[in-house]
Amino acid sequence: MNYVLLAEQFLNGIQLGLLLFLLSAGLTLVFGIMDLVNLAHGSLYMIGAFFAATFTALTGSFLIGVLLALPATLVVGIVVEIVVLRTLYARNHLDHVLATFGLILFFNELVRVVWGPAGMSIPLPAALDVSVSLLFGITYPIYRIVIILVSLAVAVGLYFLISRTRIGMLIRAGASNRTMAGALGVNIPRLFTLIFGLGAALAGLAGMMIAPVTQASIGMGEQILIFAFVVIVIGGIGSIRGALVGALLIGIIDTMGRSFLDVLLLVVISPAAAETAGPALSSMMIYILMALVLAIRPQGLFPPRGRQ
Amino acid sequence: MFKTALLAASALALLSSPALAESIKIGFVTTLTTGGSVIGEDMRRSVELALINMNLKMGDLDVEVIYGDDEFNPQKGRQVTERLVKQQDVDIVAGYIWSNVLLASANVVLDADKILISSNAGPSQLAGKGCNPNFFNVSWQNDQTPMAMGEVLNQKGVENLYVIAPNYAAGKNMVAGVERTFKGNIVGKDMTAWPDQLDWAAELSKVKAANPDGVFIFYPARHGPAFIKQYQQAGLFGQIPLYSVFTLDSISLPRFQEAKMEGVLGTIMTQFWAPDLDNEQNNRFVADYRAKYGTYPAFYGAQAYDTMFLIKSAVEQLGTKIHDVDAFRAAIAKADFPSVRGDFAFGNNQFPIQNFYSREVVADADGNWTTSIRDLVLEKNQDPYAAECAM
Repeated sequence: MNYVLLAEQFLNGIQLGLLLFLLSAGLTLVFGIMDLVNLAHGSLYMIGAFFAATFTALTGSFLIGVLLALPATLVVGIVVEIVVLRTLYARNHLDHVLATFGLILFFNELVRVVWGPAGMSIPLPAALDVSVSLLFGITYPIYRIVIILVSLAVAVGLYFLISRTRIGMLIRAGASNRTMAGALGVNIPRLFTLIFGLGAALAGLAGMMIAPVTQASIGMGEQILIFAFVVIVIGGIGSIRGALVGALLIGIIDTMGRSFLDVLLLVVISPAAAETAGPALSSMMIYILMALVLAIRPQGLFPPRGRQ
Repeated sequence: MFKTALLAASALALLSSPALAESIKIGFVTTLTTGGSVIGEDMRRSVELALINMNLKMGDLDVEVIYGDDEFNPQKGRQVTERLVKQQDVDIVAGYIWSNVLLASANVVLDADKILISSNAGPSQLAGKGCNPNFFNVSWQNDQTPMAMGEVLNQKGVENLYVIAPNYAAGKNMVAGVERTFKGNIVGKDMTAWPDQLDWAAELSKVKAANPDGVFIFYPARHGPAFIKQYQQAGLFGQIPLYSVFTLDSISLPRFQEAKMEGVLGTIMTQFWAPDLDNEQNNRFVADYRAKYGTYPAFYGAQAYDTMFLIKSAVEQLGTKIHDVDAFRAAIAKADFPSVRGDFAFGNNQFPIQNFYSREVVADADGNWTTSIRDLVLEKNQDPYAAECAM
């Protein structure tokens, strides 16, 4: 019985990790290549969720909802980049933090005005709303399997985009040495707009994928953004591969901590103490991991080439 | 809002002599932004409705309500309370949804020797040793509703129970409450991060592995629908009965109805009130609320409505002498007001002594999903911490 639980929790960890990857891939590119600290990345995650909820309600199909919401979020990302962020590149990180924090407040209020305070739920087709039996007595929600498959497909697509295409080459060049890439004739402003739009669409996709599970709600992006920052610090800022490995690590460690830590603690301390220490310690574990990585390998596990 | 209130305050200070009050200023702290704002909205609407139904007058005084937004955050709640007490110099502070926000803010009001009325949060800390003559509660003590649920679980013959609740002041009280009366075994207990955790994949896998007779949860606001949705997706709906407190209410039920989750119909929970609790004040409140806003009020709104009528009853006894805190306190303690729950009385710790009912999710005559009173579970119940209160 126990190994079934272990396997299920492993799947849960992978699912959380892959979702975090969608969010942190864009964050790491924006931070690594554009040198912009974007706290409003979580707002794009939220906007994506609300767009998907609206389009799903209008069209009656979740798939069409997502397909419409993706370009819509991309456009929002590009508009934000052109209108707000472009003026900030020359400034220091503190100004980035202030301005993008302002964007968080702006987007939260905008969502409240447009969609109301209650948030929105996305109804799934009945076939996706149930659990399915896998091998060895494991049952798992179908929709979470869909999240895993979609995220994996995006990860593979990103890998090809970055390592096999001309755009990917420019992105890699930008990540390694921005000044040099600019001097060699790369149109840096256009590259930045493109990267930011791509990051926004990925964050939006993450929001769309999770909304049928947790619902679309105001402020949904802020907590998960902290996770995403931990992921990119662990993975190495600017590295997609690092984001993937970091996200999976965080997802699995956080899930395993929530599942088994209280039981493990029972071996060493009293049940009453374990009951209070368990939740506290399990929510700290990812930060402990981040501290360890920072102490041993401050550049992250997989920093982009040229930055080791 | 803030500006006009300030202007009004300074204009009043210029015009009237300070001893003679012509209006009463009520500070009302609730959640008006973030994901918790659906609750704040229900409370604000009910306060507005109460004001209309009393013609904006309490006795001879005009009523001015200044709302404070706690942003679902204890620090922000404390800051906004400080502003209400120190800058706006309100006569009385009410509201508070969240126990942790109330605990962070209570001292600000009590140290300024003003009256504080909680319209929702009922943390044990303020009911027992930390009770205070200036603190009143118009809802319930956190432990009581789950204590009633524990009795319901015993009646249903549940032996093995799995408990999942958020890890903050109220969540701990809710779990303590159900453990107080539930006679079977608690086979698993998860306290989740609050308010950040909205994904319970790990906890639901543990529930599946433990295979209990029932699952007890406490997830207010947006967390409830998200939890129940995932409970369904995990294939547990209809397999393991779900027992909840403060999770299914008039705020979340329309959302379940939109999502066509018929499974929540028939769900049993416990509560001190439901929209169909039959008494004159409640019938008027529910009818007016539905006429004005088109939905059923939730219990949060009912409590806020009671709060305003409680203050009104005190002001009517005092006339214009609302700055006499001792007289104000004594007048409130009488609780001589029409309550939406029928009879209302404060115990020694100034928390209500009241009935708790089981209530069921049903569809009303027009097909709208709502809750309806079933049986009386705890009669004239006083919270278990009252004995520790020295008052």
